[in-house]
Order: sequence, then C-alpha cells, then structure tokens
Amino acid sequence: MTRAKAPRAVLLVALPGAALLTLCLLSIAFGALSVPLGQVVETLFGHAPSARIDSVIWSVRIPRTALGLAAGAALGLSGCLMQALTRNPLADPGVLGVSAGAAFAIAVSVGVFGLGSVYGYIWFAFAGALFASVLVYLLGGVGRSCSTPVKLALAGVAITSLLSSLTSAIVLTDADALNRFRFWEAGSLANQNGDTLVRVLPFLAVGAVLALASAPALNSLALGDDVAASLGLRLGLIRVQGVAAVTLLTGGAVAVIGPVVFVGLVVPHLARILTQAAGIGPDHRWLLPLSAVLAPCLLLLADIAGRLIARPVEIQAGILVAFIGGPFFIAMVRRRRLAEL
Amino acid sequence: MTGPLPTRTPAAVTAPAPVPRRTAGRVPYRLAFPPVSGVLRPRLVAVCAGLAVATFVVFCWGMSVGEIPLGLSDVVKAVLGTGDPGTQLIVRELRLPRATTGLLVGIAFGISGALFQTMTLNPLASPDMIGITQGAGAAVVAGLVLGWDAGLSTQSLGLAGALAAALIVYVLAWKRGTTGYRIVLVGIGVSWICTSVTDYLMAHGGQFQAQASLGWLVGNLNGRGWNEVRPLAVAMAVLVPVSLLLGRRLRTLQLGDDVAHGLGTSVQAVRLVTLLTGVGLVAFGTAAAGPVAFVALAAPQVAQRLARTAWPPPVAAGLTGALMVLAADLAARELIPDTELPVGVVTGVLGAPVLLWLLVRANRVGSGG
Repeated sequence: MTRAKAPRAVLLVALPGAALLTLCLLSIAFGALSVPLGQVVETLFGHAPSARIDSVIWSVRIPRTALGLAAGAALGLSGCLMQALTRNPLADPGVLGVSAGAAFAIAVSVGVFGLGSVYGYIWFAFAGALFASVLVYLLGGVGRSCSTPVKLALAGVAITSLLSSLTSAIVLTDADALNRFRFWEAGSLANQNGDTLVRVLPFLAVGAVLALASAPALNSLALGDDVAASLGLRLGLIRVQGVAAVTLLTGGAVAVIGPVVFVGLVVPHLARILTQAAGIGPDHRWLLPLSAVLAPCLLLLADIAGRLIARPVEIQAGILVAFIGGPFFIAMVRRRRLAEL
Repeated sequence: MTGPLPTRTPAAVTAPAPVPRRTAGRVPYRLAFPPVSGVLRPRLVAVCAGLAVATFVVFCWGMSVGEIPLGLSDVVKAVLGTGDPGTQLIVRELRLPRATTGLLVGIAFGISGALFQTMTLNPLASPDMIGITQGAGAAVVAGLVLGWDAGLSTQSLGLAGALAAALIVYVLAWKRGTTGYRIVLVGIGVSWICTSVTDYLMAHGGQFQAQASLGWLVGNLNGRGWNEVRPLAVAMAVLVPVSLLLGRRLRTLQLGDDVAHGLGTSVQAVRLVTLLTGVGLVAFGTAAAGPVAFVALAAPQVAQRLARTAWPPPVAAGLTGALMVLAADLAARELIPDTELPVGVVTGVLGAPVLLWLLVRANRVGSGG
C-alpha cells in the first residue's frame, strides 16, 4: 500500500484547477493590447472600462482562450486514451498517424479544392483523422490476434509517413497551397473565431464523453489483455470505443490548431506523476480528467508566450509547445523513469 | 507498481525481443581448417542474394531512362568504359553519380536503422525518429532561410546538424551510462526542438526559401554529382565494416544489460560505438541526399520480416534500403512525367504499403510486433 504523500484534494483538484483558471485569465489579459487583470474581471462581469477593451476581450480573446481550452483538453484526452489502449507510453496522435491524416486531408482541401479558410477545411481534417485512425486500427488489428501495441505503433508510423509524403507532394507542386499550409502546420490559435469552436465543439464533446466513459475499462486493460478479458472486458468493443473517441478528439483539435505535438504525449505522464504523488496510482478515472485539465494549461501557456516574446509578430503556439516541451520532456526523462502503464 | 524485484526497462516501451517460433532453418557449421565455426541461415543468405540482384537491376534500369533513353547493355558498357563516347559521357557524368548516391544513401540509411533498432530493441527508434535527421534539417533550413550558410554547402550544414543533434542526444541521455530506452525518449525531445526551429523558420521566412527548404527536407537526388558521392563513399568504407563487426556483440544486448555483461560484452562501449556508427551513416547519407523519409525505419523492418530473423539483419537492411531509394527514384522520374518529384516523397508512398503488407501478413503475435 502506498501512503498519501500530500493531501489528494490539493494535488488533484485545487492545483490543476487553479493553474487553469490563472492561465485563462492571463490569456484574456495579455496580447497586443494588455489589459490589467482587475479590468479583465470587470469586463467579464459586464462593467467594461472602455468599448475597445470590451470588444477586444469578448470578440477576440475569449474565443481564442476557449479554443485553446477545448483543443488542449481534446489533445490531452486523446493522448491519455491512446497510451492506455496501446499500453505504450510513447503513443500519441502524432505517432499513430491521426494528425498526419488530418494534415493530408487539409493539404488536399487547400491544394486540390483551393479552400483557404478553416471554415472549409474542418470537415476535411475530420475525415482525414477518421480515415487514418481506422486504417491504423484495421492494419494493426488484422490477423489472428488482436493488435499488439508494437504492431499498432508500426502501422501508425507507416501510415504517417505515407500520408505526410503525399502531403509534401501536394504542397511541393503548388506554391500557393504551400503558403497557406505552412502557417496552419505550425499550429496556431490565432486567426480563429467563435464560429470555428462552435463547429467542432459537438465532436469534441462526444469524444470526451466516450473517453471518460471508458476509464474503468482502461483500468482493467492495464492488467494485460488476458487478465482484462478474463475479468469480462470485451476487448474489441473497448478498442472500437477508444478509436472513435480518439478520432473525434484529435480530428477536431487538429482541424482547429494544426498538428501540435508534445501535448498528447506528455500530459498523461504529468497526470501520472500527480496521481502517484497523491498516493492513488495510475487510475484512469483520475488520469483522464487530469489530462483534460493539464493539457489546456500547457497550450495556453505556449500561446501567451508566443504573443509576448516577439511582439508585434506572434509565434505560433504549436512551435513554442514543441520548443519548450522538448527540454521539459528531456528533463522528465532524466529525473525519473517515466511511470509505466 | 514496484515489486520486490528491480524492474528492467518497461516492456511497454521496448517491445520484448520477439521469440521466434519458427525461425528459418539454422545450420551450425564447424570447419577444421580454417578453424571457423558459426551458424548459417540459408534463408537470410537467399534473401540477401535476391535483394542484391534486384538492387543491381533497378540500379542499371534507373540509368537507362531519362531524356535520352539508353539500352541496358549500353549502360553496362558505358559504366565499364567501353561503348561510344557520347553515351559514356551521359552515363558516367550524369546518371552514374545520381544512381550511386541513391545506392549508397539507401545502404547507409538501412544499416543505420538496423543498428539503432537492434540497440534500443525498439522498431520505432530509427534515426529519423530520434532527432538526428531533424537536426540536419534545422541546420540546413537555417542556412537557407537566414543566409547563415557562412559559405558552407548544404551538405556540410546537414552533416554538422546531424552530428550536433546526435551529440546532444547522447550527452543528455547519459546518466551513469545510457540505456536504449533513454536514448529514444531524449531523442524524441531533441527532435521536437529541431522540428520547432524548422517550422518557425519555414513559417517566418520568405516563400521562396520555404519552397527550397521543403524541397531539401523531403530528400532529393536531383542534380547529385560526384561531389556528393565522394564523402559518402569514404565514410561508408569505414563505417559499414564496423557495423558488420558489431553484429554479434550488439545482439547480446537484446538479452538485457546484465546478461550481456555476463557474456563478456562491454555494454556501454558497444552502445557508444553503435551510436557513433549509426549516426555517422545517417549524417553522411543526409548530407548527400537530404533526410530521405522512412528508409531508415522501414528497410530494417522489411528485411527482418523477409529473412524471418529475430532482429533486423544489417546487410539485408542495407540492401533493402538501397532498393527502396533506387526504386523510388525510378518511380519519381517515370510515373509522373514533366515533374521531378523529390525521391523522399516516393519512398514514403512506396515503402509504407510494403511495410503494412508485411505487418498484415505476419499475423502472429510476436513476429517482430
């Protein structure tokens, strides 16, 4: 039995919650026009100090923050889910080809159909993500047995490189498409609006419900396929549910902010560190919600930093997430063995 | 979580070295004179021979197509230095260097991938996953976009970037020795950093530079001449023999560090030499043709499945890599007329289905994943 090293409520609820709230406020306050926190709170309660502040906050900052929240939570959930399903701590939407599927579909929409707005390509991204994850799953799962983690990951990498090669082929032969595509590819929360969020939110919501509902089954799955099956878990069913959730979450998130790495891969590990510190162990009923809270923290942090570092130019959040995330991840690897699943 | 026994590397990351249920026949032999003993794997030998023949055919075929189509016999004659002078000029000055670059790059990437995958016991731990090719990419794009080339060629930049990234990975993964697992994880971190630098430069540079960068980043054989071949050939003359000599010692590492130690393998030294060799091969290959996608990852896996061995066999992996690159180059020039698609685009498109088909065919748990 592990003894709790710190009060659970603090570690698992108060700390992540406070961090997220703070970052949301900062995300609303900072930018080209910085608003003092006091005035932000006043504006939120409908007493804006000036019309300009009012319009900036309500029509730009709040949608952008909400977008970061939704997309971040989706990436965190799908990463956590993928790691549990494949029992591979290195699984994430990027490795398993789901992001590449979305990117390929977007390249097709931009290069072949000439769509220039998020408005048009959300549906493409979505279809691409679905196509890729179903393909990975089918290929990884073909054969006499259910798919093994390594086989699944290999299938994912193969599909990733297939799709990104095709993406390069499209983008290389069309200068105009390259121009539009390279900005999206860097992963940004800018240039999006409330409509975008409204468009993907239903998918993200369904995906989140599916993901959270699978928590108890994932706990059984962590004991190994044989044990889980003998506990009465229907492996095929839980995998299909997982793939559906991952597709919805990743497709939605990638369509909105581009193929952002790191978040889906690392956040579940952070969540495991927290649950371990609280003496709970890797219980997916905690890990999934924690991932959904910690991931937007990271994404918002990167987004805020990107707005402030190189003013007036903005650096895309996706680039900063990777740039900050790399050293952070390496430090995590060096300090402790990443918690096993 | 933690039992009484010290846990080794988590099985989730490093797929357990697959236990071959039905490896191809192995024939142990012992000769009285010269006093040599060992194991012959007929299937592996057959696979290598088949791959070598296929590679040679595609190598010659690739030189026979182009603006001026030539017969295969003319190509062979020109390479040997006979035949008419005009054909000789075309073949020996234009087509042979390109084909040779493709051949050598493929071999280098294939062997390098096999070394990395055997060392880390992880099929995903190929040089293009752990930051080495990304390091080369970041250096080259920085040179193209910022004009930081300081008079260096794209080649030298790529080489420097790859070596720098590998050094960083090794230093950061060092903590009372290294483990394959830590190298993989640290490598992923380093590859993110390099990719984010590349992305930033691509998004904030001019469009012309972005296009040029992307053209290099996918891997290209267009316009490669003897200047690209020479450094690569010299490097490989040293590194390929080393990697073949490493084979047996490297395979003992698959039994776990402790067992390997007990069998007389100096674990850290073997790991360092393997890393240096693998990195050297990839760095010179990348410098010559850019980071040709997917070859280092897929070639060893394809070779392993063809030969039905428990680990990626280096020679077969190198030949598979060469075949992949040459076939992709041929396809890139022949299938879509009027466009010179970079070879790296095609390796992904050609290689992925092959790997997937092998994955599907090996429908048994434990046959390498």
